[in-house]
Amino acid sequence: MLNKHKALEKNSILMLIFTVITISIGGIIEIVPLFRMETTIEPVKGVRPYTPLELAGYNVYLREGCYNCHSQQIRPLRDEVERYGHYSLAAESMYDHPFQWGSKRTGPDLARVGGKYSDLWHIQHMIRPQDVVPESIMPPYAHLAKKGADLADIARDMEALRMVGVPYTDEQIANAYNDAVAQAQDESDYHDGLVERYSKVTMRNFDGQKTTTELDALIAYLQVLGTMAELKDYSHDGTKRSAE
Amino acid sequence: MSDNNVEKDDFTGVETTGHEWDGIKELNNPSPRWWLLVLLATIIWAVGYWIVYPAWPTLSGDGERGGTEGTFGWTQYDQLKESQAEIMARRAAYLDRFNTASFEEIKANEELYAFAVAGGASAFKDNCATCHGTGGSGSAGYPNLLDDDWLWGGDVDAIHETIRVGVRGEHDETRYSEMPAFGDMLGTKEISDISDYVLSFTSAGDYDGPGQELYEQQCAACHGMDGRGIRDFGAPNLADAIWFYGGTKGDIMSQIRRPKHGVMPAWETRLDESTIRQLAIYVHSLGGGEE
Repeated sequence: MLNKHKALEKNSILMLIFTVITISIGGIIEIVPLFRMETTIEPVKGVRPYTPLELAGYNVYLREGCYNCHSQQIRPLRDEVERYGHYSLAAESMYDHPFQWGSKRTGPDLARVGGKYSDLWHIQHMIRPQDVVPESIMPPYAHLAKKGADLADIARDMEALRMVGVPYTDEQIANAYNDAVAQAQDESDYHDGLVERYSKVTMRNFDGQKTTTELDALIAYLQVLGTMAELKDYSHDGTKRSAE
Repeated sequence: MSDNNVEKDDFTGVETTGHEWDGIKELNNPSPRWWLLVLLATIIWAVGYWIVYPAWPTLSGDGERGGTEGTFGWTQYDQLKESQAEIMARRAAYLDRFNTASFEEIKANEELYAFAVAGGASAFKDNCATCHGTGGSGSAGYPNLLDDDWLWGGDVDAIHETIRVGVRGEHDETRYSEMPAFGDMLGTKEISDISDYVLSFTSAGDYDGPGQELYEQQCAACHGMDGRGIRDFGAPNLADAIWFYGGTKGDIMSQIRRPKHGVMPAWETRLDESTIRQLAIYVHSLGGGEE
């Protein structure tokens, strides 16, 4: 049979048919499993889509290229778990588009940085990292404190994310702008609504300034990283995703 | 190559492919047999892999976790558990005794104390050094842990509690105090007078001015008549020349007018009890620990 390929090579229609068959086999093997990708996401409670302010912070994180130096993936290895906490679950980044797992750690992993440091620490650290960590080689991001968070299109951003599977509700999208501004304030009439729309949301003036800046957004995002999943109830042996 | 008119290479007698580049013709040698066998073997090996290790997503129902599990039942999570169990077994020689012993017993037992200080030092670098400094000397707004000036108490139990619940954090039992913003209540002259009086605690010479009366009305309830602070309220000692947010008159006035309030996260949610106890003993050992 191996000697018969001359016939194949000299007949373009036959060649085309066999090419399509060959590519289809590869395609089926690579593509079909992706349709059932959700079955590989561990069942864990508590992971919700980002609030509009956190999403704005995520956008800042992307724009500034934080992923170039910081990963967001704690691998199930003893040393990493010892240093950073519980290993990351797929469920924890299922609403990130694109995910921020990263592959390079010039700085530390940030998958569970939420709640590890105070807001004040983050403010000082963004303005001049060496003020709090003298040996740090991270560049300053002081400009974030001076620029208003980009919230004008945040609702449309959420609509786009909904198209790729993030379960934002109509109500969440309709209130996006006000929710974003309210989350960065110590007191607001919108807080009750915000709590209703997003579970376990923290609302406070993250950067200590009156305006809602990019620093507010970024700190809100950093402070929620790795805190959503209820890991105490999680066991990797569970085969059924518990009802949420 | 069943054509009859194929060209053969004169020297080796092997068929050529008929392709010619600058007078050099390509010989149509088959792939070496050993190479072909290795290729086939790896394909068979891959199939074996699918069978014994988790490999393929499956058509499980909605909301179910799917995927083939593999006959070995191997997961990276079990592998992690095994490697953790291995290190725990090594630590167990100390950890079992450490967990049941009181702080006094640990202090009295040289071996356990060394274990706690070493474990605490390691956890300190991962979790505490980012704010309190690698050596624990702190910086503006982050307390120095090497001296004997403690905001919430400096014995091992108090340090343990502070680490466990944090300060002004999100823990239900967090340590909490909040100095009012006196800028809303007092004028610049009065704040300046109070600052002069506060500075007089640590300077030579007697103070004689209106600041004393104002201090006793406004500040003494928390900081004490003598300025030595009251730990139950987390009110700092003002008479020890150790300043959290700076010791110039301007710094003190600014702190009276609109006080800064530091936040320390609660570590109970992040670290296990044994690590928190090791940290408490380590911090206590740094120099300023109280009995």
